[in-house]
Amino acid sequence: MQTFTYYPGCTLRTKAKDLDTYARSSAEALGIALVEPENWQCCGGAYTTATNEVATKLSAVRTLIAGKDTDGLVTVCSACHNVIKQTNYDIARNESMQNKVKQYLELDEAYTGETTVYHYLELLRDVVGFDTLESKVVKPFKGKKIAAYYGCLLLRPSKALAMDNPENPTIMEDFIKAIGGTPVIYAQRNECCGGYITMEDKAQALKRSNAVMESAENMGADMIITACPLCLYNLKKNSCSEMPVYYFTELLAEALGLKENDNE
Amino acid sequence: MQRIGVFVCHCGTNIAATVDVKAVAEALSHEPGVVISQDYQYMCSESGQDLVKNAIKENNLTGVVICSCSPRMHENTFRKAAASVGLNPYLVEIANIREQCSWIHKDIASATEKAIILGKAAVAKVHLNTPLTAGESPVVKRALVIGGGIAGIQTALDIAEAGFDVDIVEKEPTIGGKMAQIDKTFPTLDCAACILTPKMVEAAQNEHITIHSFSEVTDVKGFVGNFTVTVKKKARFVDETKCTGCGLCTEKCPMKKVPNEFNMGLDNRTAVYIPFAQAVPKVATIDPNYCLMLKNGKCGVCSKVCSAGAIDYKQTDKFIEQKYGAIVVATGFNPIKPDKYDEFAYSYCPDVVTSLELERLMNAAGPNGGTLLRPSDKTHPHTIVFVQCVGSRCDDEKGKPYCSKICCMYTAKHAMLIREKYPDTEVYVFYIDVRTPGKNFDEFYRRAVEQYNVHYIKGMVGKVSPKADGKIDVQASDLLSNEQLHINADMVVLATAIEPDKTARPLATMLTTQMDTNDFFTEAHPKLRPVESATAGIFLSGACQGPKDIPETVAQASAAAAKAIGLLCKNSITCNPCVAHSDELMCNGCSSCEKVCPYGAITYQDKEFRMPDRTTAIRRVASVNPAVCQGCGACTVACPSGAMDLNGFSNSQIMAEVDAICK
Repeated sequence: MQTFTYYPGCTLRTKAKDLDTYARSSAEALGIALVEPENWQCCGGAYTTATNEVATKLSAVRTLIAGKDTDGLVTVCSACHNVIKQTNYDIARNESMQNKVKQYLELDEAYTGETTVYHYLELLRDVVGFDTLESKVVKPFKGKKIAAYYGCLLLRPSKALAMDNPENPTIMEDFIKAIGGTPVIYAQRNECCGGYITMEDKAQALKRSNAVMESAENMGADMIITACPLCLYNLKKNSCSEMPVYYFTELLAEALGLKENDNE
Repeated sequence: MQRIGVFVCHCGTNIAATVDVKAVAEALSHEPGVVISQDYQYMCSESGQDLVKNAIKENNLTGVVICSCSPRMHENTFRKAAASVGLNPYLVEIANIREQCSWIHKDIASATEKAIILGKAAVAKVHLNTPLTAGESPVVKRALVIGGGIAGIQTALDIAEAGFDVDIVEKEPTIGGKMAQIDKTFPTLDCAACILTPKMVEAAQNEHITIHSFSEVTDVKGFVGNFTVTVKKKARFVDETKCTGCGLCTEKCPMKKVPNEFNMGLDNRTAVYIPFAQAVPKVATIDPNYCLMLKNGKCGVCSKVCSAGAIDYKQTDKFIEQKYGAIVVATGFNPIKPDKYDEFAYSYCPDVVTSLELERLMNAAGPNGGTLLRPSDKTHPHTIVFVQCVGSRCDDEKGKPYCSKICCMYTAKHAMLIREKYPDTEVYVFYIDVRTPGKNFDEFYRRAVEQYNVHYIKGMVGKVSPKADGKIDVQASDLLSNEQLHINADMVVLATAIEPDKTARPLATMLTTQMDTNDFFTEAHPKLRPVESATAGIFLSGACQGPKDIPETVAQASAAAAKAIGLLCKNSITCNPCVAHSDELMCNGCSSCEKVCPYGAITYQDKEFRMPDRTTAIRRVASVNPAVCQGCGACTVACPSGAMDLNGFSNSQIMAEVDAICK
């Protein structure tokens, strides 16, 4: 059995418990051991605007080091994934930063980017395999038209995240097919939900989230799924649409028979 | 005893402003062997040359050092001057005190010091110079043109017009290239086929021109005036000499679902096909990837219907070898596939097309017989959006860093033609800049805007998304009004960047010619030798050298032909005497030199040698073919025993220079 370090991140402990719980139970059912590191802290998302460049790396590197001795580091939240994977990409290419981080964190040896970072969807695609997943589905989403919402952080910057084509992605659609649903392709699936702008300009956030929901509904979607707690918040709270919004892990757990069917 | 003359040039103020030329002349006059040392304002001028000539005569000079500009500039000038008064031209040395000294330094004292050192090095070298005699090599009076587009056709016609035989090698089954696919040409809007096809026929009928269609160059040996080229005539499974081009086989072929390259895959052709009605040669070709007979051995319909008996399923690739005096490269361009630009939805929306696809959609011989219809549902489009610079002027690795040059004009042409033919269709063009330099070009673009009311919007398209109702949402920014736009379009046309043909790079390796980072062939000089490559005898024609429109391509094609004719007119050419030679007594036959020689000039022979004990022994030694050697010197560096040496740049001469500099 493969063992991965599992980094939940702060939101999954509070607002996005569903994203976390079903990720864990599904992994177990799929034969993947997820080990949560002790004393984990912020992914670094809170420091991305710090003026000192070293400060933007430290937190993520601590997490990355925790994943060094397992088969990889798994994240679920789009924002955590974005910050950690980008840091990993940057630091592997910057020797002087490796040394600075080593000194700040008082490490015995410099961290040089050796941990492989997986988003949970990549774990499903590259480690489990969508074929295997499909064979383990007990309650397929037959006839359900499901719209995948990528948002902005999951795939970009594409060079560093190297997850999927940022303009024409397929990973979530393939996931939807694996759990028996019918993916809906719509224009706004990789556009911004409004993000943090909801704090200062509610109208703008509303405009963005409505555009996403409308675009998916117009293409006939029954529901929309996302990997990002902030996207889920915006799509639910800042749009006029009644269409249900779920974390992809909720549907995964349901398809694997690990969750009461309350999506109907 | 050597008698050396030193001549220091002021080059106006180019050298004299930074280098104390009088001090240089004075310092060099004390070097061993120097009997005269002078300075002059312009040494390359007639009076400057006379000064050198007179000094040679009066002082009986055995060597000359000119301290002036780069040898690329005037070495030949001074060699000729020396030869005219009886001094072997290879006894003249140039010390470059302009490009390598005065132009790059500011401080007069240190620049003068450096100029003196460079002069001393040249004096040290000229002590060891030996007279060299250039040999001659005959010129084969036949030219090869690689690529049969408008560039290759024009070059071949011009060379043939001068009375020389010329072969066109074209990789496709027909000549004609990209121009054959184009509907109308800017800025006159005359029909491309009407002006191209007569030239294709002329090429086919010209007694001096041989067309090898469906063929590729696989090997090039030799050198200027005497290339040996191997051409692969790919098996087309049809005997060219028997096929009459009646087209009956293409009508009867049951395999009708082959994407038609000529129409950019917008419709289908049969497995046995003639690319288009005016193809030259008008001969059928069988596509082995689709032919049922060649794949499964079952069918044979074309063979049954062919009254000429031209079908030959057993045909194989044939190789022909031919000698040429000159080679013209005319491999042309291709538009890039915009599949890295998924924001424009090209890969999944059939109504997003490239400009070349639009050419076929609008062409009378195209898939819709000339009526512009959406590929998805064959309806008439009412709103069309053009996106310029797709893949051009890019700062990332997705696209090309350069401007593709032709897109602004052909997009204006498309927009105008659509507005002319379908006045109810609204046309939008999104651009970064509109670049229309050229005779009657800007007037043409302004006509599109002012007379035809094409909506030109400065700004970039961010996202193209197909909608549920079949329309296309084009999201863009209008930079002049700082607005976000959404255009409800029926079709989107991408003006994709153009890139050199994929065959260009392997060909450049075969020809030992240079390419730039974008795989365009590099000309010998960007201003003064625009149609020659840096390799003698290889000329460049058309878009293989850089993006070009048709008039520019034809102009360059004729220029390349003129250069090739200039070479073919000569009965022989003077060889460079600065070639390598091997000292057979020192050579141990290790093959190091043969491995590094880029020209294949080195061979090995078994030779009999007399040993010190009066016995004889047979040893393997290197020998250089002076006609093939280009004097690059790679072998002299590779040789472990020091047997290889280069005339004019011998090991001892180089060491003498180094010693003089380090002294």
